[in-house]
Amino acid sequence: MDFEDTPEEAEFRAEVQAWLKANAPKNASANAFSADLNEAEALKIAKEWQAKKADARYAKITWPREIGGMGGTPIQNVIYSQEEAKYALPGGFFDIGLGMCIPTLLTHGTPEQAERYTKPALYGEEIWCQLFSEPAAGSDLAGIRTRAEKDGDEWVVNGQKIWTSGAHYSDYGILVTRSNPDVPKHKGLTFFFLDMKTPGVEVKPIKQISGGANFNEVYFTDVRIPDSQRLGAEGDGWKVSLTTLMNERAAIGGGGGALGSDELLKLFRGIEMHDGPAINNMAVRERLADWYVQGQGLKYTRFRSLTALSKGETPGPENSIGKAVSAPRGQDYTSFALELMELGGMITDPDLAPLKAGFQSGWLFAPAMRIAGGTDEILKNIIAERVLGLPGEIRVDKDTPFNELPTGH
Amino acid sequence: MNFDFSDDQKLLKDQANKFLQDKCDLTVVRRILDGDELYEADVWKGIVEMGWTGTAIPEEYGGIGLGHLELCMIAEELGRSLAPVPFSSSVYLATEALLIAASEDQKQKYLPALAAGEMIGTLALNEGTQAATPRTIKASYSGGKISGTKLPVPDGDIANFAVVAVKTGSGSDEGAISLAVVDLTGEGVTRTPVTTLDPTRNLSNITFDNAPAELVGAEGSGWSTIRQVLDRAAVLTAFEQVGGADAALNTAKEYALGRYAFGRPIASFQAIKHKLADMYIKNELARSNSYYGAWALSTNAPDLPAAAAGARIAATDAFNFAAKENIQTHGGMGFTWEFDCHLFYRRAKLLSVSLGSALSWKDKLVSELEKRNAA
Amino acid sequence: MDFEDTPEEAEIRAEIRAWLSENAGKFDEGRDRSRPLTGREVIERSKAWQKIKADAGYAAITWPKEYGGMGGTSMQNVIYGQEEAKFNMPGNLFLIGIGMAMPTLMVHGTPEQRERFIRPALYGEEVWCQLFSEPGAGSDLANVRTRAEKDGDEWVVNGQKIWTSGAHYSDWGILVARTDPTKPKHKGLSYFLVDMKAPGVEAKPITQISGAHHFNEVYFENLRIPDSMRVGAEGDGWQVALTTLMNERQAVGNMGSSVGIEEFIELARQTELADGPAIRNAAVREKIADWHIQSEGLKYIRFMSLTALSRGETPSPRASISKAVNAPRKQDLSAFAMELMDLGGIVRDRELSPFRGRFQEEWIAAPGIRIAGGTDEIMRNIIAERVLGLPGDVRVDKDTPFNEQPTGF
Repeated sequence: MDFEDTPEEAEFRAEVQAWLKANAPKNASANAFSADLNEAEALKIAKEWQAKKADARYAKITWPREIGGMGGTPIQNVIYSQEEAKYALPGGFFDIGLGMCIPTLLTHGTPEQAERYTKPALYGEEIWCQLFSEPAAGSDLAGIRTRAEKDGDEWVVNGQKIWTSGAHYSDYGILVTRSNPDVPKHKGLTFFFLDMKTPGVEVKPIKQISGGANFNEVYFTDVRIPDSQRLGAEGDGWKVSLTTLMNERAAIGGGGGALGSDELLKLFRGIEMHDGPAINNMAVRERLADWYVQGQGLKYTRFRSLTALSKGETPGPENSIGKAVSAPRGQDYTSFALELMELGGMITDPDLAPLKAGFQSGWLFAPAMRIAGGTDEILKNIIAERVLGLPGEIRVDKDTPFNELPTGH
Repeated sequence: MNFDFSDDQKLLKDQANKFLQDKCDLTVVRRILDGDELYEADVWKGIVEMGWTGTAIPEEYGGIGLGHLELCMIAEELGRSLAPVPFSSSVYLATEALLIAASEDQKQKYLPALAAGEMIGTLALNEGTQAATPRTIKASYSGGKISGTKLPVPDGDIANFAVVAVKTGSGSDEGAISLAVVDLTGEGVTRTPVTTLDPTRNLSNITFDNAPAELVGAEGSGWSTIRQVLDRAAVLTAFEQVGGADAALNTAKEYALGRYAFGRPIASFQAIKHKLADMYIKNELARSNSYYGAWALSTNAPDLPAAAAGARIAATDAFNFAAKENIQTHGGMGFTWEFDCHLFYRRAKLLSVSLGSALSWKDKLVSELEKRNAA
Repeated sequence: MDFEDTPEEAEIRAEIRAWLSENAGKFDEGRDRSRPLTGREVIERSKAWQKIKADAGYAAITWPKEYGGMGGTSMQNVIYGQEEAKFNMPGNLFLIGIGMAMPTLMVHGTPEQRERFIRPALYGEEVWCQLFSEPGAGSDLANVRTRAEKDGDEWVVNGQKIWTSGAHYSDWGILVARTDPTKPKHKGLSYFLVDMKAPGVEAKPITQISGAHHFNEVYFENLRIPDSMRVGAEGDGWQVALTTLMNERQAVGNMGSSVGIEEFIELARQTELADGPAIRNAAVREKIADWHIQSEGLKYIRFMSLTALSRGETPSPRASISKAVNAPRKQDLSAFAMELMDLGGIVRDRELSPFRGRFQEEWIAAPGIRIAGGTDEIMRNIIAERVLGLPGDVRVDKDTPFNEQPTGF
């Protein structure tokens, strides 16, 4: 047991390091994740960088070479990510397209479609978004109501999607719709992709409680999509969606932003409690220890998965605990940090609150972490069902025609 | 055994509830959240007209001379409605501090004005993002002037005057702390609103530069007064927290009953049912501990410090939990600005960090238990 | 707001006190205190005290006078309980008979059954036990499989019950058995009175993890019960059982040796940790405070219920949180006490362990307390459904014939 690269991995890492050193934007790390960098600027840098990566085949290391990948292994992908992370480049714009949309298109689209869309996505020229969730269909994705009706060679789509990341800067989207409400919910869905500039598509940002707007609502009013942009058969939309979701990465998992045990320790050293410096209070120390152990547990769980990848094996299901641990943990420790600052914990002015009010913004964002990408409750269901093999909840909605299901408000 | 509020007190609670539902629903709270006003002046005016500000002020000082049980009933309703008014600062903190420690002249000067709503007061304790203790209080008083910075001060930009915790001695023990009353509209005072996690209530950054001040109570007795004020405010705040927690539970329940997933209301899934049952459990533990706090406050019982700490700890836990799990029950909609869940999340945090951290109250409670155990 | 009796209550309390000081005092005189009582002697003593109470009308204060009760209020009953608790009187063997079985007969029994059973139960001449739970029917009580088959004027009973308190010294039992397995589970049950001394009844003690024997298994082998001992109509057993359960008291919640905050504080004073006395450790203090507000909260909830009773009102359902709070609290408190004792925490020897090993006894009994009389989970369901009005779980077993339901192992 050790934490070292194998000789092959070390060699690959050296190549990656050399390439990054030669090619990564020089002063990018100065802007690292900085709030000063607005989205348009970040997008511009990200697109240029993506094109460079694609040229060097680092944009999709595990993809086959014939579609622009490197034909590499998952562990090579991990090594690249570790090295790139040291440069703190703006990212995340292409994850949905390359991670979910294009793989779906490659599986269910025509060869012409694959040819047309893969390369621009890989080079960051076209950005994709995912139009799945709806106001009435979150955890229960198959409950979507956005309606697609056939009209000759086209489909007419009406309805509303929600929680769409990046809809406002995306060029294309993948879309699940209800094409037949008279059959049970999983059977009446049809899957499309569409140009986000199509008339009738309207994107509205959603203001979160943190004040930010990472997500959008997308409204469809008589949007016409050619039948040629249907992916999978009519009524097979659920199966096609599953392909997409299997590719979904647990992208959300940090919880409480970039603050961790080090920042907590720093904070607790610096503030006084009723009985002395916070760092000397045993109730504080106990929490710090608990959170540290949770953080380390997640880190070493990832190491176990990496070891499996390094051996060419499939990692076990242990990583599925990640967000179920990290999201509530983030809420707990940011909340506790505010508590120790007493009334001053309310201050969000970055000049007045420690660590530029990082704990305050972490606490405001924490509820979203516990919900987005699978609520705590859904994640525990997934662990119970997929990892432990326990039975699913009793379903009352499987065989009833969709338009006869109760809907609430 | 008569461990309940009287019918008259409950009637007062109902009236408070009706008034606030009528004049201060959550759209009113949102106006303060989104706008530049520091508080809701119309609601405050109504509160003053109904005499709530003078509830516990004796009639000889212009109050209506009811008592703290009545004040608890009002507090619960203010908590439920998340009212954006400076009631707690003026009534639980400034008024109580003056009732405990002020000279007769000071009482004559301030209490009738507080009761009549002509003045709003506050207590300026904290200095920065840490606990307010005799060691961390640096603002100083000498020769009728105070200097230093208080941050944050609740409702400090609204209040006419503040009772300020200042250093008068050289050491860092309790005897070095005194209280002084300062006119916040007078010379030597600079105040600026601070941006905070709960914009529906004002917090202020106040700098005193040789501002004229007058001691409240004997020099060196400040910390002892603060302790008594905090015990009393803890009980009243606990009722606000119970009201808020109750509202958050109801909001979560209504949503869970009406939101369908997988063909059934999400309220029929045990993950949600047990969550709401846990909220209820915490709320009822908070309510019953707060009742005991109310009794101890209203009778000035020797057990008040333990009773206040118990109410405070249970109610803080209940409101924090109900507020965060209310968002969780709402799923994605819960963290949108549009839904009201975040108003509770913000207020729960404000109330939990006001008056000192839960850990400090727990420490205090155990000290009381140790005394009892030794006896 | 006060904690005083009303004038009427004060009067009743004075009467009760006078009666108790006369009778309980006399009863307790002359007891040989040099050795603990044997099980047999405890039962004899209990029966003797019950007779004295019954003669004075105190055995069942809230029962109507026609059944030998006092026709008193719940508040009078509470006052009596508070006052009797001040004496060292024998524990109550008659909870099931007087608290559950007889009230059921008052509603559903025949005149002959009431005539035959109520008076002997009241006077402590006959002890009752409850034969409801089965290995395959715990939280899901309606799932009982013990079979009763009609044979002329008799029923032949075969099967097994479990968790029966006092089966070995009881004279009679109340039994729920399945009389028609082809009906859905709630509809094929009937309710009987069982002579525990009859041939075909065998009680075997269950050894709990604590080593104690509070409960029994009871086996029935061709037990014959006359049809005259059936309570309610054939097939109505579930309805009759609900009457019994509505009368069930939260007697189980206080089971065990019960060490509390007082003892814990004392322990924390005596115990040295690495950084000084445990009582000075903020993490220890935090736990003390948390447990204290829980027990205080429950105490004040009882005060609120008493206030309602005193006013002749129905208490709020908030008392239903009691067991859900208390049971895990006992487990946490005793576990943490043992933790403070370090390796010594594992010692279960009255002579060697602090507080005569009561923390250890509490800890070993705690898992049972979280289960008996309603698991933590069932208690939360009850709060959610009966107090908050949330819907029940989706049931798949309501309409299926019992003998077609899946059973597991």
